[in-house]
Amino acid sequence: MSDNKQDASVGGAAFCACSLDPSRRALMAATAGVGAVAAAGVAVPFAASFMPSERAKAAGAPVEVDLSRLQPGEKMTVEWQGKPVWILRRTPEMLASLQSHAAGLVDPESKAAEQPAYVKGEARAIKPEYFVCVGICTHLGCSPSDKLKPGAEGGMDESWPGGFLCPCHGSRFDLAGRVFKSMPAPTNLVIPPHTYLSDTRLVIGEDTKGA
Amino acid sequence: MSTSKLLAEKGQQLLGWVDERFPLTSTYKAHMAEYYAPKNFNFWYFFGSLALLVLVMQIVTGIFLVMHYKPDASLNAAGVPVAFASVEYIMRDVPGGWIIRYMHSTGASAFFIVVYLHMFRGLIYGSYRKPRELIWLFGVGIFLCLMAEAFFGYLLPWGQMSFWGAQVIVNLFAAIPLIGPDLSVFIRGDFVVSDATLNRFFAFHVIAIPLVLLGLVAAHLIALHEVGSNNPDGVEIKKHKDANGIPLDGIPFHPYYSVKDIFGAVVFLIVFSIIVFFAPEGGGYFLEFNNFFPADPLKTPPHIAPVWYFTPFYSILRATTSDFMWALGALVALTGGLTVLTAKCRHVKLAAAAVTVVALLAFVLIEAKVWGVVLMGGSVLIFGLLPWLDQSPVKSIRYRGGLYKSILAVWVVCFIVLGYLGVQPPSPIGNLVSQICSWLYLAFFAFMPWYTRLDKTKPEPERVS
Repeated sequence: MSDNKQDASVGGAAFCACSLDPSRRALMAATAGVGAVAAAGVAVPFAASFMPSERAKAAGAPVEVDLSRLQPGEKMTVEWQGKPVWILRRTPEMLASLQSHAAGLVDPESKAAEQPAYVKGEARAIKPEYFVCVGICTHLGCSPSDKLKPGAEGGMDESWPGGFLCPCHGSRFDLAGRVFKSMPAPTNLVIPPHTYLSDTRLVIGEDTKGA
Repeated sequence: MSTSKLLAEKGQQLLGWVDERFPLTSTYKAHMAEYYAPKNFNFWYFFGSLALLVLVMQIVTGIFLVMHYKPDASLNAAGVPVAFASVEYIMRDVPGGWIIRYMHSTGASAFFIVVYLHMFRGLIYGSYRKPRELIWLFGVGIFLCLMAEAFFGYLLPWGQMSFWGAQVIVNLFAAIPLIGPDLSVFIRGDFVVSDATLNRFFAFHVIAIPLVLLGLVAAHLIALHEVGSNNPDGVEIKKHKDANGIPLDGIPFHPYYSVKDIFGAVVFLIVFSIIVFFAPEGGGYFLEFNNFFPADPLKTPPHIAPVWYFTPFYSILRATTSDFMWALGALVALTGGLTVLTAKCRHVKLAAAAVTVVALLAFVLIEAKVWGVVLMGGSVLIFGLLPWLDQSPVKSIRYRGGLYKSILAVWVVCFIVLGYLGVQPPSPIGNLVSQICSWLYLAFFAFMPWYTRLDKTKPEPERVS
């Protein structure tokens, strides 16, 4: 290759038009500037096309759920905005277990978690019996698996109080979706806006008014 | 005049006609017949040309797959996503479809095997060292494109692993402070991985990334042929030329290495065919079993792991928890301290001290999840710094000392262990081991400027041996 290689200074000079006609340089700069603005303008619709379409935005309507057939200790999953939303009907023992391990949690009072203002306390629910949350790990978006039973039965350790285990990176949550310390997930599971129409009719995606 | 002589003359005339209009003969000479490569290439030098072969194979099989594949996440009359069903259609109904698809899916894994070996060759013979820094950087760009290509392509069959793999990787971007959540929506084009995501990933997989990839491959080869190939001895063959300016230790690429590479290609294709015909799923490592279930946005499979070629980097992501930040802080403090102590220039000392303090502060202020993403990306990009981190007076491992060889051996073991742990479900002991390996992986790069200087090297020969 070296035989047909140009001298470095020759190659350098070919890239530089500065010595040719200085009187036209302002015009060249202006042309380049206008061209750059035009290119940026043209890029806008292309970048905008990456955003969710109007149809995708409209798809996030509230979902109504009938809770009448959900037995104590059972969990159901419904789809809201394309995400799994869990409804766990907690037994009194499950609720009692929430107090046992506050020291092992990152945020026992859910100060950093995303949750509506009307969801308070360690139970993180409007009605402590029904725990409603988005079943998406706050680490990288996998859906955690049920490990509802306490103890080593589900492949967990003896001290396991019952909760959820994310299969992707091993984050552990208790039965109120609160994350344990030293897990990849930084915050507790997200609680969606929800409200009760009656004792057994729940709407997910709509805030409880006046609460 | 005989007919054959007449034909030869006509051929010469035609070639002359073309050469006056297009640099055909001179290009052929520059890159094939008169490109002088070192005469001592060994087994490791097969993998560059094999990577090119696999690239061509992926493009050709890919074109034929696009003729039958449909990037559509909506459900068909049977309640199966159209994209998933179209892959099954290719496998079952399209004549020859199964082998084209298996060549493509096995080809992806073959590509990474070949490229990892090609990169390792560069590592042990110092092929990234001056004057080949740009070849190496173009190579890092090619590696990044390959990873993007594999990631985008893996969503297309729209199986469970496709869906949840994409979900996890896109959510990596959501970890970026401030803009993260909006950025992940921007990438998906929806609030969850959906039809919009599938269609744009399809566009990236079949056209955008391949175009960039081809450009980078061209740049990689042009830069290589400009400076000439390195060799297992790591000495420059251009230092000793004959009267015609031809390197004494060089031989023309064609026919010597074209024939050698064809032999390599034949051996590769034999092994490749055995896998395509007898183990196209690679025991669940090339095509994961969970991907034979259609995507279900409401249910994560009980064990999800990326395909094997991503797992070393994925393990580093998983290992980065809040306790690991202390070890990482120690690594940064040590590197910064060493720089301050040993740098010759005062500005470098100051800059190193400032960067170290800022990094340590950021480790405290920003959560570990963000650093996991940074480390995963950084553990790939850091390869690009090798030309400047390596301060050894010799290039090839043949003349390096025991210190470098042992450190490299530990690094290779760590890389393999990280890869193994990345396909395993998370466990406390596995997590500890992957944290140790991640630390050592990073330390290999971080301390390289010092241990390559300390290393007791042997004198390089004047000519290739």
